[in-house]
Amino acid sequence: MSDATVLISGLGKVFNAGGDNRVVALEDIDLEIGPGEFVSLIGPSGCGKSTLLRLIGDLLPPTSGTIVVNGKEPHRARLDRDYGMVFQKATLLDWRSVRRNIELPLEMMEVNRAERRRRADELLRLVQLSEFAGHYPWQLSGGMQQRVAIARALAFEPALLLMDEPFGALDEMTRERMQMELMELWRRTGRTVVFVTHSIPEAVFLSTRVVVMSPRPGRVAAEITIDLPQPRVFTTREDPRFFDLLTQVRERLRGADEEPS
Amino acid sequence: MAAMTTEALRSTTSAGLGHALRKAGWFLVILLILIAGWEGYKWMGSATGGTYPFTSVALPVRPAAIPHVWDILGSLAEPVQRGSDQSTLAFLLEAAWFTWREAAVGFLVGGLIGFGLGIVFALFAPLERGFMPYVIASQTVPLLAIAPMVVVWASRAQLPAWMAVSVIAAYLTFFPVTINTLRGLRSPEATSVELMRSYAASQWATLWKLRVPAALPYIFTALKVSATASVIGAIVGELPASFNVGLGRALLSFSYFFATGPEKLYGAVLVSALLGIFFVGLVTLVERLAVPAVRRVET
Repeated sequence: MSDATVLISGLGKVFNAGGDNRVVALEDIDLEIGPGEFVSLIGPSGCGKSTLLRLIGDLLPPTSGTIVVNGKEPHRARLDRDYGMVFQKATLLDWRSVRRNIELPLEMMEVNRAERRRRADELLRLVQLSEFAGHYPWQLSGGMQQRVAIARALAFEPALLLMDEPFGALDEMTRERMQMELMELWRRTGRTVVFVTHSIPEAVFLSTRVVVMSPRPGRVAAEITIDLPQPRVFTTREDPRFFDLLTQVRERLRGADEEPS
Repeated sequence: MAAMTTEALRSTTSAGLGHALRKAGWFLVILLILIAGWEGYKWMGSATGGTYPFTSVALPVRPAAIPHVWDILGSLAEPVQRGSDQSTLAFLLEAAWFTWREAAVGFLVGGLIGFGLGIVFALFAPLERGFMPYVIASQTVPLLAIAPMVVVWASRAQLPAWMAVSVIAAYLTFFPVTINTLRGLRSPEATSVELMRSYAASQWATLWKLRVPAALPYIFTALKVSATASVIGAIVGELPASFNVGLGRALLSFSYFFATGPEKLYGAVLVSALLGIFFVGLVTLVERLAVPAVRRVET
């Protein structure tokens, strides 16, 4: 057994919508993600990148192939709360305050009230929202809501973060700031991140590796190691190597698009 | 961002008083228009001798059967019966209090049954498919047909008559609550449900932490419908129960004297309507405590 955080081999997913209505979403996926890596899945819409994330998180069952998360079956990993999940929409519960939203996963683990509060306050500091602990989601901007969602995903200190286009609904400026914050968080906490996006600059800026996927049926078309120096800073986006890698990813995406399916 | 948030908060609280005054103002304007319409009809009917103006087509309601608004209010101050020292208003309020208690018991029981059914149907879809037709059928059967049966069964079971009336009120209450509970429990987005799954949350935890709180605004909307329905159920239920108290009884006996003195019946109708408004207001009050403003469905 390898020490990979996520190990995927021969993975396939077919959606059966009844009758002849079969959609092959993913086919023959092999992927290994090591501890501490930041891997982006990028591809045109409908390429199954969100489906792949849900298979890793055991939110969907695979049709064929195997997935190992933290050395276990995904189902076991989910029951052990081995990963935290962040969606494009913050999906905060709007009847709960910011603090109580972050406490929600801890309530599921039956963590006692004092400890829940302590953890929530710590996470609020981490995402710089301490003064908004008592606010309600609808009182926050989109970026702040997403920061709460990230804090919530970190609540039970999972080794793995699964992020499904978390900044997809944010404006460009907020998005860049959130990317910086996520980088900071990732460096400080040393989590493994699997990040779904359809933004090439976002994938290149954040990742240690970009996985380019082909359109339906989704396959791994290319894996590009992003050798930009760490830590990634504001000027990283002006590095000639950054543009180099953008071009590489873009060309791989176009190549994947033209492949007959 | 912080400034924007506090500003939004301030505007919601300081607007409170002005908002309330405007609401009261509009209420009065509409009330005056309604009274003017009522009196205008009576005046026009009297002037034309009971026909539409410039025609010989009879008006649907004789102007004589429409008492002046002040006569209706005046009749409330008169003794309920010749020689009685109880005013009609006092009599009707007492009747309303009696009827409301029957309605409230029915409302609570029906509300709980409705909520319970909603949860059972949400958790077990086959049960919903199996039982929903009967639930719908139960509401299609005319209440007037069921009420006497319930009264007869209750008396055979040696239950007090008010309980039969409450059963009828509950019968009208549970249906909107079931439908809206079910809809509310299914209202969370797919990602919210996935989120709970990612926490390895049990079905029970997902129900109480996600689905039921999400359903509350829907449930309160249903409870407002049910509040009025339970009053109707109680009033109709009282008719075959042969009480000598309650609004149903008062409406029935005042209707005997409609031809000679319609004011009293209109007075009873007015009090019945006010009872409904009172009950809905009470539910709205509880809703304010239970559901934050942004999530309420304004009615």
